[in-house]
Amino acid sequence: MARKSHVQTTINGETVEFLCEPRQSLLEVLRDELHLTGAKEGCNNGNCGACSVILDGRLVNSCLVLGAEIDGKSVETIEGLAEPDKLHPIQDAFLENAALQCGICTPGFIMSAKALLDKNPNPTEHEVRYWLAGNLCRCTGYDKIVRAVLDAAAAT
Amino acid sequence: MQAFEYIDAKTVSEAVALLDDKGEKARILAGGTDLIVQAREGRRTLDWMIDIKSIPEVNALDYDSETGLTLGAAVPCYRIYDDDAICNAYPGLVDATKIIGGTAIQGRAGVGGNLCNASPAADCIPPLIVLNAICVIAGPNGLSEISVEEFCTGPGQTALAKGEMLVSLKLPAPQQNSSSYYLRFIPRNEMDIAVVGAGASVTLDEAKERIVSARIALGAVAPTPLFAEEASALLSDREISDDAIDEAAQAAQAIARPISDMRGTSEQRTHLVGVLTRRALNGAIQRVKDTA
Repeated sequence: MARKSHVQTTINGETVEFLCEPRQSLLEVLRDELHLTGAKEGCNNGNCGACSVILDGRLVNSCLVLGAEIDGKSVETIEGLAEPDKLHPIQDAFLENAALQCGICTPGFIMSAKALLDKNPNPTEHEVRYWLAGNLCRCTGYDKIVRAVLDAAAAT
Repeated sequence: MQAFEYIDAKTVSEAVALLDDKGEKARILAGGTDLIVQAREGRRTLDWMIDIKSIPEVNALDYDSETGLTLGAAVPCYRIYDDDAICNAYPGLVDATKIIGGTAIQGRAGVGGNLCNASPAADCIPPLIVLNAICVIAGPNGLSEISVEEFCTGPGQTALAKGEMLVSLKLPAPQQNSSSYYLRFIPRNEMDIAVVGAGASVTLDEAKERIVSARIALGAVAPTPLFAEEASALLSDREISDDAIDEAAQAAQAIARPISDMRGTSEQRTHLVGVLTRRALNGAIQRVKDTA
């Protein structure tokens, strides 16, 4: 077994330290070592977006990042979005629009939407659809998700 | 995923020394969007992943209207299309960076990795060829340079020798009245691998009525991306016309030697080379005309 890496990072604003094997992806570290199970393993090869997180301000697939790579970096996951007594506006908009059914893609969609709205607070429908092209959903047919993101943009 | 050692290299010479020492079992990690998948699926066995993203030279993204662009090998796609000066100077390359994967892939994947992965269908390579990109390679004997059309030698195979790594790409500054364009055919709207890709660059005269010179390159129709040399030469010093563009498109079709696979038949790909070559040329010409 390869030597474990000692990694110090910021996750949802808090300093976190962990040990990981080089072969462990950021997704595996989040779920198995840090017990942050919001990011989901879908395809595990960068096609589905269920594991989307924000790394140093950029949307990434956490299945395609090594845990060892995030030393000194900052990660935002779905767990950091809601406040103790209040959901994030994007989460509210997903509920209001019934933009989910089984829910496994939802954390990825919401993190992807957050990365979009952080960069572009008033996207067009076209921009939303292109931005979300890397997130797959087999339940909703996407329309309600797109409407939820547009509603969240209008609400903030 | 298979076990391997991870090394965060801090200098080009450190990465080169590791590559030279470990040989085939060491691979360079840049964006990781190909390499991590290949390692996980066991398509590539490796003992060492050498992360180069802490090395300053591979993160360089410097554009100067006199000297051109230095594009570090690990610069991700989003840094390219977020830069207005680069979008104006090299629109054909920007076309490709915007269609490689989705947003999350573009946050990590870069042009250098796309080149080194050496897929015949790589979207970045035809635009690099038409933009006359030069590969800056570091190895045990120092730096060397080759043109990008010499870099890919087969599917997944490159001209990099043992101990060598791509440091950066150098693109000459665009000439007056020039522009570039890249497009691909895929059966979906987004998120797919090119059935055929075509890139073109053109330089027009002052009146924007004649083509001074043009370059055409094709993807996914041969074991490597192709520079369509004869098709490009046919357009030298020609008046812009449908006939001239059709001639170039036919010459491009003549060098395509596509396979038939799940993405398309050889016949369809050959047909698409004609269609996409015309569209790439017309797209590049239109971009010149659209700039004041």
